[in-house]
Amino acid sequence: MDKSKGIFVALVFMALALYPFVGGGGYGIDIVTKIMIYAILALSLELLVGTTGLVCFGQAAFFGIGAYAAVLFSGEQGAASILWLLPASMLAAAVYALAVGALSLRTRGVYFIMVTLAFAQMAYFVVHDTPLGGGTDGIYLYFRPTLGEKLKFDEPLVMYLFSLGTLVFVFGFLTVLLNSRFGRALAGIRVNEQRMRGTGFTTYPYKLAAFVISGGLAGLGGALFAIKDGFVNPELMSWHLSGAALMMIILGGLGHLRGALIGAFAFLLLQEFFKAEAIFGEFAKHWHLGMGIVIIAAVAVLPRGLVGLPEVLRKRLAGSGGGESRIGGLKSAQGGAK
Amino acid sequence: MANDVLLRGKDITRRWGGLVAVNKVSIELERNCVHAVIGTNGAGKSTLINLLSGEIPLSDGSVELLGKDVTGWTQPKRARAGLGRSYQRNTIFPSFSVFENCRLAAQAKHQKGWAWWERADRCSVSTDSARDAAHRAGLDKLMDRTAGMISHGQKRQLEIAMCLATDPKVLLLDEPLAGMGAEETERMLAMLDELRPDHAILLVEHDMDAVFRVANQITVMVNGTVIARGDPDFIRNSPEVRVAYLGEGH
Repeated sequence: MDKSKGIFVALVFMALALYPFVGGGGYGIDIVTKIMIYAILALSLELLVGTTGLVCFGQAAFFGIGAYAAVLFSGEQGAASILWLLPASMLAAAVYALAVGALSLRTRGVYFIMVTLAFAQMAYFVVHDTPLGGGTDGIYLYFRPTLGEKLKFDEPLVMYLFSLGTLVFVFGFLTVLLNSRFGRALAGIRVNEQRMRGTGFTTYPYKLAAFVISGGLAGLGGALFAIKDGFVNPELMSWHLSGAALMMIILGGLGHLRGALIGAFAFLLLQEFFKAEAIFGEFAKHWHLGMGIVIIAAVAVLPRGLVGLPEVLRKRLAGSGGGESRIGGLKSAQGGAK
Repeated sequence: MANDVLLRGKDITRRWGGLVAVNKVSIELERNCVHAVIGTNGAGKSTLINLLSGEIPLSDGSVELLGKDVTGWTQPKRARAGLGRSYQRNTIFPSFSVFENCRLAAQAKHQKGWAWWERADRCSVSTDSARDAAHRAGLDKLMDRTAGMISHGQKRQLEIAMCLATDPKVLLLDEPLAGMGAEETERMLAMLDELRPDHAILLVEHDMDAVFRVANQITVMVNGTVIARGDPDFIRNSPEVRVAYLGEGH
């Protein structure tokens, strides 16, 4: 079972690597680059929501800070090296995540959601209402960074392959992290924090570390986004993007890294589909409506997200196989009541 | 033999607003001794465990663990120092395997959270103590099962196994026999006998037959205070206890 999941992910990455060489046009490459960058954002959020059980509604702030940092650090003098630009942008986002996490992790549940949203809105209005980041107009990136002499990020193909490489790196890093003692402890915190404390885990530093790592990875995605578009504006930090990132991981299936990957692709391809005037004509400007209906339908039919699709299909084919285990669960619940 | 007192609670008090849930309870848990706490529902037995383990803070009094004053310590810190507890309601990790439940508990002693590149299941220290704990609790055959899917009695065993996996010196067991069948009860009592020599055990339990069989010391609580304490024979014959608690059914 585990093997098939690994093969699935490997195939996805191979297909992405081949795509530009087997017919991906300029438009396609641009869209898929964008999706891969959002997939990094979704993966960073999955670490908090799906793994640790912390529903963060301010992930866009870290994404936006990474993006702004990449532009501001690049300066107006000449091309920076991506080798320091990306780590510096990640660091900026991680520092903000440290401050936000240190305070917001003192709250729980719905309060945590609201506090993370409030901090994200704060960051949004700092760039929106001050000249620091060019106000509502945003700022342009004067020189795209380079990697050595040859690789210039003005070229879409370089940008595409570098984004893919970063996505693979982030996916691999999180896979290793989740299997480590740290990752297992985060999973334990999600399932039963009370028991984790009773067993001897001081949970706060674990959650804070997860928050900072997540913020740093979101910042990495944001920096790539700024380099790709050559432009940043406050909308990168808006709660719409935080919400979209949450929808991506819910649509894909919480609790699975590949869910974040699948979810980002499904969400953004659906968005492209409903925005297409060639298909919907005048109605394309009401694309939110179509998206909403599809997402509600998906959550109703696939409560475990797209990741659960094979299982749902298998159960449909096998008939009512799921009934027995449900009765078994009831029995043990009655035993507990005695 | 004062050295053998592993956990000492002194004048432990917990107030919730005007209500005094636990009122000046002192208790000593010795190695090689099962100390049962009995009492009616609402007598403050579970609250006492919560106070000793650090899950809720004391209003007054002090707790000493292995000779150190731990009153100001958080629950995780007390747990790492050797204070293990089980819960009245199952608080396992239902979506994990039985083995992973034990392994994660054992990991608490060897956290190494920074070693992000090392696979958790390759850490032989925690896998070994997890296997050992599961074996002692009689769960060998269920290691790969999902914890949420095993029977109620097995979940109670898992509660204890997770507690043992942290290698505690003091065990606070909150109704480990609740909802167990006769055979499972026998196994659990045999396990308590096995654990007794190396541990100080506090046992909160409603099954009186079991308590009088296994306990060396019994404390009787009513309305948050201790009304009697002594060996099983003493408690059985105490008129006060008969009136306040044991006599209820007659």
